[in-house]
Formats: sequence, C-alpha cells, structure tokens
Amino acid sequence: MSRIAGCFNQLARSGRTALIPYLVAGDPSPESSVVLMHRLVEEGADIIELGVPFSDPMAEGPVIQLAHERALANGVSLHQVLEMVGEFRDKDQQTPVLLMGYANPLEHMGYTVFADKAAGAGVDALITVDLPPEEAAGLNTELQRVGIDNIFLIAPTTPAQRIPLITASASGFIYCISLKGVTGAGNLNTNDLGGRVEQIRAHTELPIAVGFGIKDATTAAAVARTASGVVVGSALVQNVADAWAKGGDLDTALEAAGKLVADIRQGIDKPIS
Amino acid sequence: MNNEVTLNPQGRVPDAEGHFGIYGGKFVGETLMSALAELEVLYRKLSSDREFQRELDEDLANYVGRPSPLYEAKRWSEKVGGARIFLKREDLNHTGAHKVNNTVGQALLARYMGKSRIIAETGAGQHGVATATIAARLGLECHVFMGVDDIARQTLNVYRMKLLGAEVIPVSSGSRTLKDAMNEAMRDWVTNIDTTFYIIGTCAGPHPYPMLVRDFQCVIGREARAQSLAQTGNLPNALVACVGGGSNAIGLFHPFLDDASVAIYGVEAGGHGVDSGEHAAPLTAGSPGILHGNRTYLMQDENGQVMPTHSISAGLDYPGVGPEHAWLKDSGRAKYVVASDEEALRAFHMLTRVEGIMPALESSHAIAYAEKVASEMTTEQVVVVNLSGRGDKDIHTVANLQGIKV
Repeated sequence: MSRIAGCFNQLARSGRTALIPYLVAGDPSPESSVVLMHRLVEEGADIIELGVPFSDPMAEGPVIQLAHERALANGVSLHQVLEMVGEFRDKDQQTPVLLMGYANPLEHMGYTVFADKAAGAGVDALITVDLPPEEAAGLNTELQRVGIDNIFLIAPTTPAQRIPLITASASGFIYCISLKGVTGAGNLNTNDLGGRVEQIRAHTELPIAVGFGIKDATTAAAVARTASGVVVGSALVQNVADAWAKGGDLDTALEAAGKLVADIRQGIDKPIS
Repeated sequence: MNNEVTLNPQGRVPDAEGHFGIYGGKFVGETLMSALAELEVLYRKLSSDREFQRELDEDLANYVGRPSPLYEAKRWSEKVGGARIFLKREDLNHTGAHKVNNTVGQALLARYMGKSRIIAETGAGQHGVATATIAARLGLECHVFMGVDDIARQTLNVYRMKLLGAEVIPVSSGSRTLKDAMNEAMRDWVTNIDTTFYIIGTCAGPHPYPMLVRDFQCVIGREARAQSLAQTGNLPNALVACVGGGSNAIGLFHPFLDDASVAIYGVEAGGHGVDSGEHAAPLTAGSPGILHGNRTYLMQDENGQVMPTHSISAGLDYPGVGPEHAWLKDSGRAKYVVASDEEALRAFHMLTRVEGIMPALESSHAIAYAEKVASEMTTEQVVVVNLSGRGDKDIHTVANLQGIKV
C-alpha cells in the first residue's frame, strides 16, 4: 500500500480528516523548507504538499506567485526540491510528501529521469496543474512504473460526464478545486461544496481532498465535514512570508506556521456540534 | 497546376486533440477544459455556417477595410537589385495591423456564445487596441492585460485603449511583459469563466486557439495568393514574415503550404544577437517545452524555467511561439531566421525613406530579412513580405534611440 493510501486509511479509521498544508519549496529561504516541513508534521499535518517553483505559475493567486518568485530568486528549482524531499525523508519515513507544480520543469528533466529521482527521494505523489488526463499518458506510465501516485484536479466547471475520465487516470486521492478562480481567492462558498464532493464520490473509491480558498480553522472545519482532506496553501504561505519579513529569521516563521497549522488542526478535529 | 486558389487546408493539422505533431495540445488547469471544449464545438459548427461566414466577410470588408493591397515596392526592389518585392499591406487595416482580422472573428464567436465581457493580453498594444476597438463596436466590457514594462514603452497605444473604453490592467508579476500579461489573462479567465470570452491575440495558447487564430488570419495568405497570381501571373517564389507568437506569419504562410515552389521564411527577433542571449528567437535558439497551454519551442534555462526575452519591438518580445510554427520548423517546410534590433531599425528607416511607408518595428524584422532573400534572387522572381503593422506606435521608441524628444 502507498504511503498516501495508508495515511487516508488510518485517518478514516479514527474518523479524522487529512490536513494537507502547502508550501513553495525554497520559500522563504532554501534552508527553511525541510525545517518547516518537520514543524508542520509536529503540529498535526498529515500530508505535506510542496510547490515546485516555476517562472509562470498560471493557476496561482498573488500570494503563491510571489512565493514562486522568491524561491526562484533563491535558486530553487526541481532538482533542489527533490533534494529537500530526500533530506526530509532522513528523519521522517511516515508522512507522505506530494509535489505540486507545472509541466515544463518535469518535461525538461524528462519524465523517466524525474520518476526515478522522485521515487529515490521519497516523493509519494504528484499534481501537475497544467497536465489534464488528455496530456498525461506519458507521465502516468512513468509514475506508475515507480509507484508514485498521480493526482488530478476536478474543478467546479468540470462537467459531470468528464468526472469518470479524470477518476480513471487518478490515484492517491482526488483534488477537488473549491471555487472558480486562482489559489487564495476569496470567493469560497462551503455550502455548495457538499453536493459536489458527493457527486465525485459516486465515481471513485479514492479519498477526496478540497483546496483553494481555505484560509482558517472555520473554513477548514466546514470543508472537513464533507471532504477526506483539506488543503491550506495561500494562508500558510502568507503567514510565513509576513513572519519572515517582520522577524527576519527562521524561528519567527516556524512559530507562525506552527500556530496556524495547529489552529486549523483543532478546527477540523472538533466534533460537529 | 498551382494556379487555382486552394482553400485553407483545414483538417490536416491540428489533429482532433489540437496537436501539430508533438506540438500544440491543451496544457491548462482543469477549470478551463470545459470552456475550451465548448469553444471548439461552437467554432467547428460556425466555420461551416453560412450566416457566420457572411457576417465575418462583411466585417472584414466594411469595417477592417479588406482586401488589403499587395503593393509592389519598385524603388526598394531596384535598390536591392534582386527579386521584385511586394508588400502585403496589413498596416492599412483599421487599427493599423493584422491583429484586427482575428479580433473581429473571435468577437463574433463571443457574441454567438452570449458573453458580455472580453479580456485580452497585449505586448505592443496592437492586439489590445484591436480588441478594445471591437469591444467598443459591440458594446462589450473589455479588460486588457499588459505588462508594466510594455505600458511604459507603448504609452500611445495604452491611451488609445483607454479612449476606446477599455480598462488596461497593469501586470507587474514575473518579467512584466507579454508572457506575464498572458498568465494574468488566464487567471482572470479561470475566475470569470461564465461571463468572459478570452480573445487570444496570437496563434498560441491551448487548443483550439492556435487553430482558430490561424484560420482567421489566413485571409492574409488567401488574398496574397490571388493578388500575386493576378498581378504577376505567378505564385511568389518566397514569403517573408516576422514571427513573435507568429499570427501574421501563419496567416500568410498557411494558404501556401501545399505550394512546394514557394519558399517560406519566418523572421524572429534577434535582439542584441542570438549569441548574446538577449533575444526572442525560440525557434532559432530555444528547445521544445510547455507554456501557456501548448507545447512549442521555448526560451528556457537548464531547469525548464522560462527565460526573459529581449527585442526592440514589444510585439515580438515573447519566449514562445505558435505550435504550428514549431511543427513547420521541424518538418522543414518553413525556414526560421533572425533579424537583430539594429537590422530592424535600419529597415524601419530605409522603408520610410525609400517607399514612404513606415513599418512597425515588428514588421521591420521581416523587411530586413527580405532584403537578404531578394538580393540573392533574379529580377523575374517575386518576394511577398507581410507588412503586418504600421510604425506610428513606435515613433517614440525610435526617437528615444536617436536621442530625440518628441
């Protein structure tokens, strides 16, 4: 069983929802990423999602765009991200690590080389934002060869008849985009979400995680009522960036990140009243 | 046998998934997939719809002012002392460039889809102006995304867009030029997909855009083919056009692809020289990659990060290129070459003084290379150059380079 499947199974047995915090690798500094990853796990993260810096992050809102720019300015690209995962694995062999990025750095490295290196580093799954199932066959084959899950997105605009096409290519879990917009957008309506998750669930046994626009314990708790996992990205990235800018050191950033993730953990674990 | 006007050989490329060989495709986030499918279905339906074609033809004739002349530049040809050089005068279109051929077509699609808002990206501002123009005419809300660096060097076009009622949205992320404007337009489209039609200005982006932009621009090549036959009795021996994203070039080239006797040259922006690294010539010095929804030649570093580009002309300052050009390059049917900033600037002054026609700095790249091509040909042979836009918008840039304040 893959680390991701194991993680969701274990959570399901205890009736809990996976908390999946997102950071851009190399932001705010190259040295901070692995330390931050460990800290997030200590505060209750179940899966770590690591953004792979790209020059043209088309699906990102301003907060994560800036994080990509900072990481690139720090000289962090796909090679360094894989090294970071390897370093994280030295101390943590349990927590699944998921990479989220764009197709070009993968394609430039070559799908075969990437799959081998990623598996060697201990990467568990991959989301490639701009690689819909129609264009993903080549990468899928390589990821399957090395046992890395390929996670696909389902958007609010995805028509019902398209859902089985996506779930058929997917493994690990399904990433349900909560809103029409970019990451960190402010127009999340948690009331609409339940029906959508149920609709997807009719097509797949895979766990369904929800992301985009989840910024605090309250929204996370609302989403956790229907989803198997909750992704928190922009809010965390902003939190770390603010603390780093103010304090200028890693400890301040760690404290800020730790507190936000602990808060959200508490929020989603609270029994529904 | 090459004498009948063949219709645009549609159906050959792209294939049903939008691929030109290994290029093209739909590399976008899931949110856009259904909108692209909807656009493709509508476009395929309308491209054989008589009423749609009639409306399009009428707009092209009476609003854009087509056909554009094929003008023999006799004085320039004489100076070069080689082939007869003809200019396809896209600069005489309404709004001053070829861009409007495409915006008229896509705006019609937007109307058929019932969209109330139009967005566009722009580099030099020509596509932004063409889009703002059509939006004004149809009474549609229009937002144009433009890099802050381009806003600074194209102030005239920014003001033109504002006069036309469009809102110009400055983009300060990334390299603050055309590629970032396109990222931002995509982000807006994802957010406002129910109400908004995205008019992409060049033959790039996800399928079906490279196909439909090409089809709308093919009016250039169809006219040039018929005009060449009427004015010279023959097909031209060579075609020359500048290539940024490559829409004016594909519009000229595509109707001639089956005419094996016609040599085809696409001229990329050589900037300070291909060896300097400061250029915008992905076909000449780049490698295949994925950007803005399609696989194509890209300027990228060893990590697959898209590199900053440089060109004297904002309209060519783009790290990618339409996927059909990538396919034509690999197949060898078209040859891609460069003209530097300096060569383009020299051509700008030359054409202005010799023919009384001031070309856009983008088109000046084609003029510069056409001179080389023509000089190696005989006086019976014919070269057609796409004069894709007029140079008024570049007067400030040229004056600045000469240290003159206007």
